[in-house]
Amino acid sequence: MTANALTGGFGAPSIDSARAFRQILEAMARPGTIRQVAGAAPPAPLSVAAGAVLLTLVDPTTKLHLAGAADCTPVRDWVAFHLGAPLAPAEEADFALGTWEALQPVTRFRIGQPDYPDRAATLIVEVDRLVNHGPALAGPGIELVTWLNLPETAAFRANRALYPLGFDTILTSGDRLAGLPRSTRVEKL
Amino acid sequence: MTAPAIAYNFAYLDEQTKRMIRRAILKGIAVPGYQVPFASREMPMPYGWGTGGVQVTAACLVPEDRLKVIDQGADDTTNAVSIRRFFQRTAGVAVTEATADATVIQTRHRIPETPLTEGQILVYQVPIPEPLRFLEPRETETRKMHELEEYGLMHVKLYEDIARHGQIATAYAYPVRVEGRYVMDPSPIPKFDNPKLTANPAIQLFGAGREQRIYALPPYAEVVSLDFEDHPFQATKAAHDCDLCGAKVSYLDEVITDDAGGRMFVCSDTDFCAGRRARGLIGRLGGDQKSSKTFANSFQGIWPGTEGAP
Amino acid sequence: MYVAVKGGERAIDNAHAWLAEERRGDTAIPELTVAQIRSQMALAVNRVMAEGSLFDPDLAALAIKQARGDLIEAVFLIRAYRTTLPRLGASNPVDTGAMQPDRRISATFKDLPGGQVLGPTFDYTHRLLDFALMAGGATRTSPQRQEEAPPSPLAGEGRGGGVPQPVPHVTEILNRDGLIEALAASDATPPDLTREPMELPADRALRLQALARGDEGFVLSMAYSTQRGYGRTHAFVGELRIGRVAVEVDIPELGFAVEIGEIEVTECETVNQFKGSKTEPPQFTRGYGLVLGQSERKAISMSLVDRALRWKELGEDNIGAPAQDEEFVLMHCDNIQATGFLEHIKLPHYVDFQAELELVRRLRAEATALREAAE
Repeated sequence: MTANALTGGFGAPSIDSARAFRQILEAMARPGTIRQVAGAAPPAPLSVAAGAVLLTLVDPTTKLHLAGAADCTPVRDWVAFHLGAPLAPAEEADFALGTWEALQPVTRFRIGQPDYPDRAATLIVEVDRLVNHGPALAGPGIELVTWLNLPETAAFRANRALYPLGFDTILTSGDRLAGLPRSTRVEKL
Repeated sequence: MTAPAIAYNFAYLDEQTKRMIRRAILKGIAVPGYQVPFASREMPMPYGWGTGGVQVTAACLVPEDRLKVIDQGADDTTNAVSIRRFFQRTAGVAVTEATADATVIQTRHRIPETPLTEGQILVYQVPIPEPLRFLEPRETETRKMHELEEYGLMHVKLYEDIARHGQIATAYAYPVRVEGRYVMDPSPIPKFDNPKLTANPAIQLFGAGREQRIYALPPYAEVVSLDFEDHPFQATKAAHDCDLCGAKVSYLDEVITDDAGGRMFVCSDTDFCAGRRARGLIGRLGGDQKSSKTFANSFQGIWPGTEGAP
Repeated sequence: MYVAVKGGERAIDNAHAWLAEERRGDTAIPELTVAQIRSQMALAVNRVMAEGSLFDPDLAALAIKQARGDLIEAVFLIRAYRTTLPRLGASNPVDTGAMQPDRRISATFKDLPGGQVLGPTFDYTHRLLDFALMAGGATRTSPQRQEEAPPSPLAGEGRGGGVPQPVPHVTEILNRDGLIEALAASDATPPDLTREPMELPADRALRLQALARGDEGFVLSMAYSTQRGYGRTHAFVGELRIGRVAVEVDIPELGFAVEIGEIEVTECETVNQFKGSKTEPPQFTRGYGLVLGQSERKAISMSLVDRALRWKELGEDNIGAPAQDEEFVLMHCDNIQATGFLEHIKLPHYVDFQAELELVRRLRAEATALREAAE
């Protein structure tokens, strides 16, 4: 186990995770809005925001898939110590973490079952930056229309076409995050 | 045996339980109106008394929140008092009766009259989350009906009402369709409140503890009350104004004032009513009423639990 | 409504104070101790442990005291406490075959290895009020504790002295001859009713879990209904045993299991008639009950209901009996869920009632108008 695997968790878990959840909830409930989280210091290459999402939502009862550069010893050790989540292949994961490229093809992830659409994966996608420019978003949580710099649109449009099935996405960058639930309609670019 | 001093976690629930509830809430947000199963915990209050709402609230609260708890629209009904105290004790959050000041509002059977805003969360206590339950008691069947969007039975039921009564005879827990997909039970709010469900800027979360379900409406979600073209949905209320504040547009409680048919109508939303009276708005019988407490005092001796002298 | 709510906070405080006073009762009479309840109301304590699904006689006794003897309220207190406890691990399955039973009877064989051990049972007591107890009469001791069992060349020692003899399960004796359905052993982790939402259809492990903590009265009535013909399963008590079993937990660091304590359980295995089917030759089938503490009425009931719920896997007809209806039984057997929802109708429903009032008034007004128009 790497030395710094023991650090970087929430200092005050019940309070820090409550605050982080509230930001995640607002982000998912208002797709396109960019929120800030704090309290996590995961090992590289994970962002603060990705670390906070993991600490808030992932535990021994959820399967985690680490993709690409995120699948490294320091992250694995940190996950083992702070989350205790079993690592799993993409097809079985409840949560998956990586860059958009590393997560490809995203059609591997669970989209839920027709009778249990909730049994779908949540993708935590590390991006370089988050800004309210780019493809237009509409749907539940959005009053009229909003914009977000998504890594692409076709995959999200294909995912929306599966509704009420589909994966849900949290985009993370530094200490900021944005949500893109499966219900969001993404403009064709 | 020594008496152990027990220190409960922030907002009572342990962290793993909160994570489980939080995951369910997020899936509920992602699929508006779909009932997400969750492993509801035994709470220190009985099932049926708001355990679902309490668990959802506990999973959402942050120390900075200002919590409002209402039951039947009122902040001072006994169960609202009990739940508010629970969170004061276990989460140490500030509480308020003012709808506009609250960041989280837990409610049973009402949506506040004062419009909600972005940044607020409304948590509903839900007794029976399944809108199809009284048409088909089996969960195994209703799950299939939701999967296949087989909502014909619900329309048949509503249509039978029209055939018998000339109108839809459902006065509360009036079913709605969310984003054109799932039929949802809005909890036993009067149908008067149904129009407030749609395009609401606040996040609306629904918790059913005993039935182990959580569902959600994201802000601005489209929520349509089921109806027929020739029998459109109507949000109705008693044809009176509030006797205390004179409001014409609020949902009313009926208060029996004597045993000779005397009655008055007052706002069910106590914060809304008090706010209007504080601004000098006065209803038919509200002239001498300085406060709801003074009003209550006039019933001393008639109603157990009232206090003060007449 | 506006009025009754006022004074809510004070009303609650007053109600709590009054409740505490009533709980204590007449202060001229000595207060019950938890130890007294634990040792002298042991069967009530057992029921609270079983339905509260927490083996802790002290806490169960405390709950009974706090609940003024209302056992469902006591179960509720235990459940609410239990849910706050951290999970440190899961034990290995208990081995009831290794139990040295305090009581062990079989209704299917007159005698068998391990013998019939009657134990501390009400079974053959005459239900005559014992006024000596009212007078605080002397306690009867049982110097012949081990000899309560009928003389048997095979008899085990029961609790007490002597070298413990193995007490094999009756169903294993039948199994050796292929006369009873074989049950494949499984190391699969069973679902956990208290950590996952109930999913239907449920497997047998989940059904047994729900029944084990289900309301004794409900499970009893369901079992009774099968005996009267609503899903009859022709059950014999193959064996009923009560005793203590070791609880062992695997310690990964040590590489072996460590005993962390003992719990008392009641186990019932029924042997049920089975005619055989197109694919299976005639053989007996099983129903199973396992309950915390000495709770034999519950354990027997549980095994009857378990057996009735197995109609599908055994290829039997569903005659529409309540005890065959998995969803009906599992969704209604929990008395904490049931009592909460039942009693919630005491809560204010002014708003829904007002909505109904308004509707009924409007419907009546319209009906009257129609009638008058017609006249």
